[in-house]
Amino acid sequence: MADAIDSQARQEAEASTTFHLAEDDHGHGESSPVLLGFWIYLMSDALIFAALFATYGVLSTSYAGGPAPRDIFELELVALNTAILLVSSITYGFGMLAMEAGKARSVQLWLLVTGLLGAAFVSVEVYEFGKLIAEGATPQRSGFLSGFFTLVATHGLHVTFGIIWIVIMMVQVGQRGLIPENKRRLMCLSMFWHFLDVIWIGVFTFVYLLGMLR
Amino acid sequence: MSSTTTAAADTIDHELHSHGDTHGHGSKRSYLIGFGLSAVLTAIPFWLVMAAPLANPGLTAALVIGAAVAQILVHTICFLHVNTQGEGGWTLVAYLFTGVILVITIAGSLWIMYHLNSNMMPGMMTGQVSTSP
Repeated sequence: MADAIDSQARQEAEASTTFHLAEDDHGHGESSPVLLGFWIYLMSDALIFAALFATYGVLSTSYAGGPAPRDIFELELVALNTAILLVSSITYGFGMLAMEAGKARSVQLWLLVTGLLGAAFVSVEVYEFGKLIAEGATPQRSGFLSGFFTLVATHGLHVTFGIIWIVIMMVQVGQRGLIPENKRRLMCLSMFWHFLDVIWIGVFTFVYLLGMLR
Repeated sequence: MSSTTTAAADTIDHELHSHGDTHGHGSKRSYLIGFGLSAVLTAIPFWLVMAAPLANPGLTAALVIGAAVAQILVHTICFLHVNTQGEGGWTLVAYLFTGVILVITIAGSLWIMYHLNSNMMPGMMTGQVSTSP
């Protein structure tokens, strides 16, 4: 059994070596399909957000006699959250640079910093939601609030799953070091994390800032 | 067993690094430039809305949207490293395609629903088309 696996692994190794030798002859070839596939996933995720932004946009003035953005939004909290997420983007970037340099310990440290910043972001958001609900601005109060909670909470949920992924990667890097598989996973997580920051730009601009101008 | 695994790992490593320098690869400089530009492009819209230095809300809104578009581009280039070479250009093509669909979905929905609202105003009942939003 072990021999079979061993020979299979050997065959695969030989096959891929041959592939790469052949490829070196003409320079450019196929790169890992995982990264492009993950990118396509992110683009489809962007379309989910497009639908949620459109829904919010359509419902954004349907107050049903309830509170308007100006009555309930606190821009100080939003500015704090924006700063937290932006800083977490660059700390993840430093983690990627540490990965390039092959420093596993440093990668874990940057992942920890990024994860803590992500947790701070989610905490502030949960605090904001709790305050709104305590004031009576619940999702079922008006179309505007339904759209608001759906859009912002979907983003918050994405960040939460990003934090879970960060914790998993800290464990993975701790157990196996910077093996190619872990590097690939860290690159996918990098795209995911930066993508969430891009979505947040849309949220703070279209929901909060433009909402306050209305 | 271990030697073959290492060999396989080496080839994957080679695969990740030899070509199509795609995602997650950036220099410290590009991250710092991206961070600096993003900080400025975040501070400007928040200042415009919170301190309200401009009396015209329409102009303020236009500047806020402009800063957001600029910041999304900065993030795409400096943090997501989207360029014409990545994955043979497919990353960029997918990104642009998504951008087109995104604009159609959001702008189209707002446009249609705005007109629907305008035309469903009580003015319809008396045969007059309402011009109020």
